[in-house]
Amino acid sequence: MDLKDDSMNFDDTPQEAAFRAEAKAWIGANAPKQYEEELRKSSLGRTVLKGANILEVAKAWQKKKADAGWACLHWPKEYGGRGSSPIERVIWQQEEGPFGKLSGMFIIGHGMCGPTMMAFAGEEEKRKYLPPLASGEKVWCQLFSEPAGGSDVAGLRTRAEKQGDDWIINGQKIWTSGAHYSDYGILLTRTDPNVAKHKGLTMFFLDMKSPGVEVRPIKQASGQSDFNEVYFTDVKIPDSQRLGAVNDGWNVSLTTLMNERMSIGAGVSTGFPELFDFCNSLMLDDGPAIEDRSVRSRLANYAVKASGLKYTSMRAISALSKGDRPGPENSIGKLVAGSMVQEVAMYALDLQGAAGVLSGPEDAEIAGKFQAMLLRAPGTRVEGGTDEIMRNIIAERVLGLPGDIRVDKDVPFNKIPTKGRA
Amino acid sequence: MNFDFSDEQKQMRDAARKFLAEKCPPKAVREVLDGKATYDKALWKGLAEMGFLGVAIPEEFGGAGAGHLELCVIAEEMGRALAPVPFSSTVYLAAEALLLAGSDAQKQKWLPKIASGEAIGTLALFEGKGNPSPQAIKLSASGGTLSGVKKPVPDGAIADFAFVAARTGSTGRDADISLFLVDLKAGGVEVRSLTNIDPTHGQAELTFKNCKAEPLGAAGEGWGILTQVLDRAAVLMAFEQVGGSDRALEMGRDYALDRIAFGRPIGSFQAVKHILADMYVSATLARSNCYYGAWALSTNASELPEAAAAARISATQAFQHCSKNNIQVHGGMGFTWEFDCHMYYRRANATAVTLGSLSYWEDQLIDRMRKKNAA
Repeated sequence: MDLKDDSMNFDDTPQEAAFRAEAKAWIGANAPKQYEEELRKSSLGRTVLKGANILEVAKAWQKKKADAGWACLHWPKEYGGRGSSPIERVIWQQEEGPFGKLSGMFIIGHGMCGPTMMAFAGEEEKRKYLPPLASGEKVWCQLFSEPAGGSDVAGLRTRAEKQGDDWIINGQKIWTSGAHYSDYGILLTRTDPNVAKHKGLTMFFLDMKSPGVEVRPIKQASGQSDFNEVYFTDVKIPDSQRLGAVNDGWNVSLTTLMNERMSIGAGVSTGFPELFDFCNSLMLDDGPAIEDRSVRSRLANYAVKASGLKYTSMRAISALSKGDRPGPENSIGKLVAGSMVQEVAMYALDLQGAAGVLSGPEDAEIAGKFQAMLLRAPGTRVEGGTDEIMRNIIAERVLGLPGDIRVDKDVPFNKIPTKGRA
Repeated sequence: MNFDFSDEQKQMRDAARKFLAEKCPPKAVREVLDGKATYDKALWKGLAEMGFLGVAIPEEFGGAGAGHLELCVIAEEMGRALAPVPFSSTVYLAAEALLLAGSDAQKQKWLPKIASGEAIGTLALFEGKGNPSPQAIKLSASGGTLSGVKKPVPDGAIADFAFVAARTGSTGRDADISLFLVDLKAGGVEVRSLTNIDPTHGQAELTFKNCKAEPLGAAGEGWGILTQVLDRAAVLMAFEQVGGSDRALEMGRDYALDRIAFGRPIGSFQAVKHILADMYVSATLARSNCYYGAWALSTNASELPEAAAAARISATQAFQHCSKNNIQVHGGMGFTWEFDCHMYYRRANATAVTLGSLSYWEDQLIDRMRKKNAA
């Protein structure tokens, strides 16, 4: 073998090049081109299409992909996927470009619910539920967080009680993305309150149209409503929809969360390309912003964070393509991008001076893109694991530091205090 | 795509780590820190014998002819060990300048000596405060002799030869600058050692008085060559900085695991864990930027100028961040001479400026990104 064959390179192998050409050709012939420009321009906090329902456009694109064998590339074929390699998935994402933004509503279903079903559902259920999930005909959500347990998700209180062959669910979930348009969900419940909190949980999947399920949108600080509260009143779930053993739900949920990290390469939004373009055309009182010393310094600092994330993800893809499992080190993408997008938005407003206050698409700079980013940003630092939880994960699982002292670890769940100041 | 070092390159990294762990423990670094030696001569000889000094020098000039990816992995280990030898001056600056612009005779004369450890080289660019710029160069050349003062010159007091940036015109353009090669042992140069924040790596003032010099590269092309040399050195230095960052992070992590306060390891407190997590984040971002720089350097890609600036900024930030917070995690003991933390802090802050400071590289990065954007 030539010593240089395995040197660093960004070139496609012949197989990869063939896959890329095939994907490119199919996307070119089939993508909803009429929305390309709008999708290209949309950024964090505002993916909207004028005169079209984005959910319908997204579902139609997903179905078209599925019919031609381009949906859920990494899933096995029998469940609606293509059985592709990780690298092919990345190539697809590169070629899909702005149309990939239409996949937002499927991320939780494809990235978390599907893999959990694959690992724990019976064969009959997998063949029944997974293909329509892959094709976007059915949308799934994930029902873990509760008012009493967000970061401390094992502190959840929603009860599941066995009644014959069924389970009866009562309780409340919160922060459930997309529950208002979801057909199914995976649900983590408490089945034994008399044991320590991690040891009495059980996972199910359910039809979101079941009697007793009520979805109430939450109006977020940004003014939008992407999340919901979901109430369960005597909801009946057959035992055949249990995922994993009774009281083993914590381990099942770890599989779900592990798969969340598998969805690398999806790319995190940092706001940097938008800020660079903005500064490149902005005129300040004393000349072009891009020639201003302090602007350049800020831009350079954001630039190396953005490129650092990009190449960290490429290293992870490289490792994945050699068969390594992605580890918790991928938590840094979310941690860095979350606070960066917030800083970038604040800085863009600062550069706009008093006009930075305006957010209406007609009057605001570049249609209020940075204002929308600013208002959405606090959520990104909380959802899917807060910055603090991400730092704990890195410290404990990458650096090997001790876990927090958990005073409720060996206490039966129903003896754990529920109030701070009395 | 393969965005990683090859197995052979990783084996070379392991070999370098093992060699340096044995030949360059903190005790050896302290010999130079405490002023008992100007550099570690035994280590320098050992590095030559291992083939590390000439790893990227072609075989026809006495090197191993491996390449720059191999040099990157060795640079990382040199940074991790804080090796107190003139590696960066000789290998990243002098050898790279020779490879880029040297005549065949110059290469024949000096490159084999670099590879064998017989010659130490450096770059004499700065003249007091300020960042690299053609306007800042006052040292003048006329009739094949140089007159003027350069400082700080890294490893200037122990170097055998230097590349000197000199003014050969006064049009106010880059073409006013030419590069010269000076044999520092041939007379005509006064050398004064300068006290600096990192005594494990010397700095000097060189005073040239009608000193004989031979041109390196064509007249008026000095600034172009220098820019390329600095870009290449920036990537290599960034690997040193990443090696140092990783070591500082490990030291902080180990101390946090062993040190007990309030009845538990201090690494179990979130205030400490989060400091260490942030150190890991900055070191990882820097490493990833460095890998891109390594790819650009090894393939001589048109992306090299942008990649080099990004690697340099990111690695400078990471090393400063990790070395200062390593002291913070150690508390009072971290601020003692006895503990090694300050050696990393010193090296981090010295390397942050010696190749052009952050503000220089920030400017370079934005200029280069704009150029790419406009293209």
